[in-house]
Amino acid sequence: MNLQTLNVALADDDEDDRFLFKEAIDEIKIQTKLSLFTNGQELMDYLNLPNVILPQVVFLDLNMPVKNGIQCLKEIRENNALDSMSVAIYSTSSSEKDIEDTFVYGANIYINKPNSFTKLKDAIEKVLQINWQYNTSNLNKENFLLRL
Amino acid sequence: MKLHVKYDFNTICKAVLQEQLAALSIPYSLHGLGEIEFERPLSADQRNKLIASLSPYGIEIIDDQKSALVQRIKETITNMILHDEQAKNYKVSSYLSEKLNYSYVYLSNVFSEVTYSSIENFVILKKIDHAKSLIINNDYTLTEIAYQLNYSSVAHLSYQFKKTTGLTPSTFQKIIQRRRVNGSLRSNS
Repeated sequence: MNLQTLNVALADDDEDDRFLFKEAIDEIKIQTKLSLFTNGQELMDYLNLPNVILPQVVFLDLNMPVKNGIQCLKEIRENNALDSMSVAIYSTSSSEKDIEDTFVYGANIYINKPNSFTKLKDAIEKVLQINWQYNTSNLNKENFLLRL
Repeated sequence: MKLHVKYDFNTICKAVLQEQLAALSIPYSLHGLGEIEFERPLSADQRNKLIASLSPYGIEIIDDQKSALVQRIKETITNMILHDEQAKNYKVSSYLSEKLNYSYVYLSNVFSEVTYSSIENFVILKKIDHAKSLIINNDYTLTEIAYQLNYSSVAHLSYQFKKTTGLTPSTFQKIIQRRRVNGSLRSNS
């Protein structure tokens, strides 16, 4: 009631995963507006629209057709206009190398897709809470790394 | 001669709000009970203009007071962690209520309401944030950092670091170093 709504975007080619994410984010108490994209290119086209209201956080699946998550991540981090956005990688891969590489390319958050709905809800809530603090407090965003 | 008038507060307030909001020309809708919804978030400038234009009518933005208090809580915590040597002897709760003159219960309720998170969580986040900068600069050992941030042991700091970021302090350090190398490669190319 008292907070501005958080804008969140998710790019994931799996319809079930998009559906679950939407259900989960609707159930947590932080007010959000979610935009969904089915691949990386759709997301990037949206982010590059003139006068677009940028999401505070974008969740990226790694394996997507047309443009994958890593390509999106790199494009986002090379574009100064998108600096204010936090990037969360949302993937099934739990290879330490993948995880470390995405952080090196500029991701802030890495979430292994949880295997239960409750865990998914908890993970999203934690990400939004911490991201909120990074946006509104005097914390060093350069050092914002979170692995769930 | 005397005249008596009859008036309706709700109608007056609504009229005042509509008049002032229209002057700012930002799309909005009025809900009952003093709630205004804007289509897009207000900029700081717009917000200040709105506050200024409503204050002559005795209308205040409530959230803003609460947000302002939350901001003061955060500043006080930051100061406590980074600058106040004496603070090591205090509990966060008594330190905050003494500095801000509110009961800790009140402060903690307002904080949770506005940020969806707790004061305790913020203290941890802030301490770990400071630990991160110290780790990156590489001037201190983890033992020294633990002492500076008033942890009872290195183990406790490492545990809280891992719990808060999902990474160990050494993995964190490695990633940031690789990032810097990567960044300088890119800017050279």
